[in-house]
Amino acid sequence: MKTVRPVGLCGYGAYVPRLRIDARSIAKIWGRLGRGFPVAEKSFPGADEDTITMSIEAARGAVARAGIDPRKLSAVWVGTESKPYAVKPSSTVVAEAIGATPFVNAADLEFACKAGSEAMQMAAAFVGSGMAEYAMAIGMDTAQGKPGDELEYTAAAGGAAYVFGPAESAAARLVASRSFVTDTADFFRRAHMRYPEHGMRFTGKPAYFHHTLGCARALLEETGLKPSDFRWAVFHQPNPRFPREAAEELGFAPEQFEKSLVCKRIGNTYAGSSLLGLAAVLDVASPGERIFMVSYGSGAGSDGFVFETTENVALRRGDAPSVDCLLDRRQPVTEYARYLHNAGKIRTH
Amino acid sequence: MRDVYIAGMGQTRIGELWDRSLKDLAVEAALKALAEAQATTADCLIVGNMLSGELASQENLGVFVADSAGLTPVEAVKVESACSSGGAAFREGYLRVASGAAESALVVGVEKMSDLLPDAVSSGLALAADGDSENLHGATFVALNALIMRRYMHENGYKHEDFSGFAINAHRNAASNEDAMFPRAVTAKDYAKSCMVASPINLLDSSAISDGAAAVLLSARPKPGVRPIRVTGSGAATDTIAVAARKDPLWLSAAEASARRAFAQAGLKPEDVDLFELHDAFCIMAALSLEAGGFAPRGKGVRLAMEGEIGPTGKVPIATRGGLKARGHPVGATGVLQIVDAAVQLRGGAGASQVPGARVAMTQNIGGSGSSVYTHILAAGD
Amino acid sequence: MELPRFHRLRGTLYRLEGSRCEDCGALSFPARQVCPSCSSRKSLLHRFKGAGTLWSFSELYQLQRGYPKDVPNVIGLVKLDEGPMLLTQITDAEPEDLSIGMRVQMVTRLIRSTGEAGPRVYGYKFRPVVGG
Repeated sequence: MKTVRPVGLCGYGAYVPRLRIDARSIAKIWGRLGRGFPVAEKSFPGADEDTITMSIEAARGAVARAGIDPRKLSAVWVGTESKPYAVKPSSTVVAEAIGATPFVNAADLEFACKAGSEAMQMAAAFVGSGMAEYAMAIGMDTAQGKPGDELEYTAAAGGAAYVFGPAESAAARLVASRSFVTDTADFFRRAHMRYPEHGMRFTGKPAYFHHTLGCARALLEETGLKPSDFRWAVFHQPNPRFPREAAEELGFAPEQFEKSLVCKRIGNTYAGSSLLGLAAVLDVASPGERIFMVSYGSGAGSDGFVFETTENVALRRGDAPSVDCLLDRRQPVTEYARYLHNAGKIRTH
Repeated sequence: MRDVYIAGMGQTRIGELWDRSLKDLAVEAALKALAEAQATTADCLIVGNMLSGELASQENLGVFVADSAGLTPVEAVKVESACSSGGAAFREGYLRVASGAAESALVVGVEKMSDLLPDAVSSGLALAADGDSENLHGATFVALNALIMRRYMHENGYKHEDFSGFAINAHRNAASNEDAMFPRAVTAKDYAKSCMVASPINLLDSSAISDGAAAVLLSARPKPGVRPIRVTGSGAATDTIAVAARKDPLWLSAAEASARRAFAQAGLKPEDVDLFELHDAFCIMAALSLEAGGFAPRGKGVRLAMEGEIGPTGKVPIATRGGLKARGHPVGATGVLQIVDAAVQLRGGAGASQVPGARVAMTQNIGGSGSSVYTHILAAGD
Repeated sequence: MELPRFHRLRGTLYRLEGSRCEDCGALSFPARQVCPSCSSRKSLLHRFKGAGTLWSFSELYQLQRGYPKDVPNVIGLVKLDEGPMLLTQITDAEPEDLSIGMRVQMVTRLIRSTGEAGPRVYGYKFRPVVGG
């Protein structure tokens, strides 16, 4: 899919909370010491943080890097599966906080881990159709892992915000985008349940890989590009293993995708995952480099994008903290109880 | 304006009084004051109280006390000024008599704080702070004082233990006050071990939640047969409600202004004062009150405590019957309790904590974190 | 539930909006109707940048109802670079890392929530500066 007018990423901002819980502290309680962990530690939010506060911070970074008056945004869309309110948009708080109100569209999106990337595709379309000058897409989560479940080791907090605008002033222009969606119930959460259910091994081949690879191949075919035409590749990262396998299956090499594997240090930020990976790449990319990005969300589907950095890629890069800066900002916690307390998992009534 | 005398006074015990209601406390104090004055009523009733609505589900307090004390149809009103409600009520009564509008005024300060849980009381007290810019952000009363104390320590080079003299003095004086909430001595060691409430303020730096009432009958004529106690000075002033908005958060400018007005009216200076019943809700307030009142230079209020000059025989006796710290601080009642404590001293009735030869007493009641201050000067004799 | 009150406060809480006196230029946070310097009643909206210095702080062990009970809970007075001082919670810091005079920056966080059914009140807090 291509837009009518050229669009690109004019600004981006990332956010990761500073708290980290190590896998060993979780494993101790559940009798799982001695087994390997997908990641050594994961990020979790402070008691005064949630998807809204984190989105606001990422959005402020994106606006700063875009160098625009926030009133020029015609949309603020937040994709998440950890909405603080089941009914009441997170996006209105973000729009209000960054000064984009009142002439703005705001909405929250849900599609598990691809809620952020589909907001990106929509923002690209909003600008690309000529309806908007600028539109913001955010993917952010404070992922909830069921206590004692294996996903608890990776369900993390973080994400990023993107301002789409005219390609002429972009840090990276959008070349093409594609989506690949089927109804596949590999992982889900019913409305009044606190924690999701998942199909364990069913979440692999028929879910993550089927959609990621299906989307990736279609996008490569549409654009006539090969993996070697790209400098960077970003995939959804529920753990370090899945994206590496998908990348290698498609023909990408580690020097293309390792930089984006933020999950190695903080775990799976769900709707923020591939968006954070993209931000990590944009932090170091040089002009004229192609970026391949394919997200994945359970339910299931993938959104794919081909970007090409412009000579403006580093223009206002310093106006917001880099992903590395956020990853390095760590307050390690080794008390599982403190993590449970902050995540609201200890019931006092 | 004509002279106004304290014709009678009374108070209840101060403490966690599970068996006494707001009504019980107010009536006890009111009737004691009237009895001591050998009066059956007054021309007006002024009730000082801060949180009757929040903590005792009762407003319309003027009527409530008048009715319960059998004083209707006397005119009655509640006066509120946060923790200086008692001082404000006293000034109100004083002005009515001094101006000639009334021959007598019964001033009752009362507070019932122990019926609700501590976090509800804390939330109630926080209503004295600025709602949108302080209270909303979680500032409890202790927190506001703690912010001031830490900065004060930082700017003046004090350690926490330098403040211990305030608690030690207050508790020692409370031992001779049978109505005091904490008539037990505390030592420097107790102070050092005391747990933090809001750093750097610990439990022994703070006054406790308490119930109690006090009443004073003000009259244009002195009580016959006893040494007359005259209100020679009365002054009040305000500062910004929020600490952050103060031009100088480490200076109690409302305390300074109200003290100046009281001194001016009385024709007196700080050196003339024999005892100062200041507002020691937190020891930092005590230090700042000494400075604002002109008893110590700026930044040196703590030195008076460190050098032992705040005891009954010191340069500036304070909290002579326990103060807010050890006698107790049922907030709306405190301003009137301070008057009672001062009057007891002026009558020579303070026992082991008597200030020798006390003739002139100053009381100062602070509302909020220094935002609304009432200063009174009482003189014994003619 | 106080919904209208928090709605009125959103400019102040989310965007650090105060006022600037039209006559003498004095800045106030929060906004004031009467200028504290010249008593003028004419003022304009002024958005503060959110950078400042920590003037004082305190670690609270007793909290009001409804405040996120993170460990620890720190309150502070911050002097904004533009002049006015404000009271705020200090977040993202262990108390031992705080010192009077350190540089801090505004973030938007959950200030208060009343149980699982009530509204969530977001607003300014300050933290030690992140990034450069």
